[in-house]
Amino acid sequence: MHLVHFLVDVWHWLTSGDQWRGGDGIPHLLANHVRVSISSLLVATVIAVPLGAWLGHRGVGGVVAINVANVGRAIPVYAMLVLAVQIFGITSPTGFGWTGSFVAFVPLVLLGIPPMLTNSYVGVREAGEELVDAARGMGLSEGEILRRVEIPVAMPLIMAGIRTAMVGIVATATLASFTGVDTLATPIYIGLNTNDNIAVFGGAVLVAVLAVVADLALAVVQRSVVSPGLRKGGAHRARAVVPVAAAA
Amino acid sequence: MHPAVVLGSNANSWIWWAWIPDHQHEIYAYLREHMVLTALSVAYGFVISLPLAVLAARRRAVAAIVVPVVNSIYTIPSVALLGLLLPVTGTGREPAVIALTLYSLAILVRNVLEGLRGVSDDVLDAADGMGYTRWRRLLRVELPLALPAIVAGIRLATVSTIGLVTVTFIVDQGGLGRFIQDGYQRDFHTPLVVGIVLSVALAVVTDLLLVRAERAVTPWRKLSR
Repeated sequence: MHLVHFLVDVWHWLTSGDQWRGGDGIPHLLANHVRVSISSLLVATVIAVPLGAWLGHRGVGGVVAINVANVGRAIPVYAMLVLAVQIFGITSPTGFGWTGSFVAFVPLVLLGIPPMLTNSYVGVREAGEELVDAARGMGLSEGEILRRVEIPVAMPLIMAGIRTAMVGIVATATLASFTGVDTLATPIYIGLNTNDNIAVFGGAVLVAVLAVVADLALAVVQRSVVSPGLRKGGAHRARAVVPVAAAA
Repeated sequence: MHPAVVLGSNANSWIWWAWIPDHQHEIYAYLREHMVLTALSVAYGFVISLPLAVLAARRRAVAAIVVPVVNSIYTIPSVALLGLLLPVTGTGREPAVIALTLYSLAILVRNVLEGLRGVSDDVLDAADGMGYTRWRRLLRVELPLALPAIVAGIRLATVSTIGLVTVTFIVDQGGLGRFIQDGYQRDFHTPLVVGIVLSVALAVVTDLLLVRAERAVTPWRKLSR
């Protein structure tokens, strides 16, 4: 029926020059989406992975480290975005331009921390007592044990946590277009308000492609940072702790 | 009192208690919608995921298709999934339930599959040796042993869905998410806070109830605890 016509219209929308030019064109929206996602992922990683690994090494804070991901899941992400707007206002404070949008950056960091914290904690905790004993017997210091034994062994899980966080962050950044942040989902937001299904669908296609590409990119990173000896079975084990991403 | 005056004087406080009794009906209606959307989506997701996971556990070829498809569904942001459905279904309950079902399906397939794969070969051999048919083995041995993983999947799917329902305000649904969106649009904190608190409370209470249900259906696990 009209479906073919509709898809042709969407194709025209996606390929028309108008969408690819100007301050609110697709390149700008994509760049801002990527910028806010990467900046918040990096900051969340720098906070969560060392903290989770250190807690795992010391064997303290397990209840918090493990449950933080479950608690995080119960909080509606859209509410976090809206709260951030109410608290910080839409304009980024000076010095935070690199975040792409401060008002999206703060909730995205908070949302990215739990899966990485949990996975780093569990990964290091379960690295294996024998391995740690052997390392200690070889005269490695505690810091060396953590850096050279436990973290490499925990890497499949840590990377799984980073991927989970990344999927959640990219998805929530999408939702941030509804609180006035420029992201690839801005055409969806505008389309919904103007009853323009073509823009809604076109924007949705762009967002879906971005999400899949981002996950694939991290899968490639994962392959390069996980020791070859750990690869087999690692992915399977990695799924068990935080089985799913917090899709927003 | 002029409503605008009241609103203006209270807009900056986080909660205005008098608003709550005045909006009881909305609170019940949105809470109900939230629960209905969650229950439908998890139920549909469960009914679809069970045969998929059983097939995937039996045949590598099925798993090789089902698992990546399910993983990529979960990667797609809900805004995009709703946006893809909208031109086909229009707004309303339909796109919301379809999208939420797909997400809960994704969680459940993984967990059920993990549970079925966790059943040890020795147990399966023993069942075969006792003359169990494939169906009987599935129903009497594999599924009961996979039950903890299945219930864990249902818990995860339910809590995630409760969080996700709030986003379906995009397609004119949203349950308690309607309060969040309303609070945002009017720059009025009270519905926002009410929406968040009730939504988190719903997730926590549901999770606790499911933990009790989990204990009730797996009584043998108490022994190992």
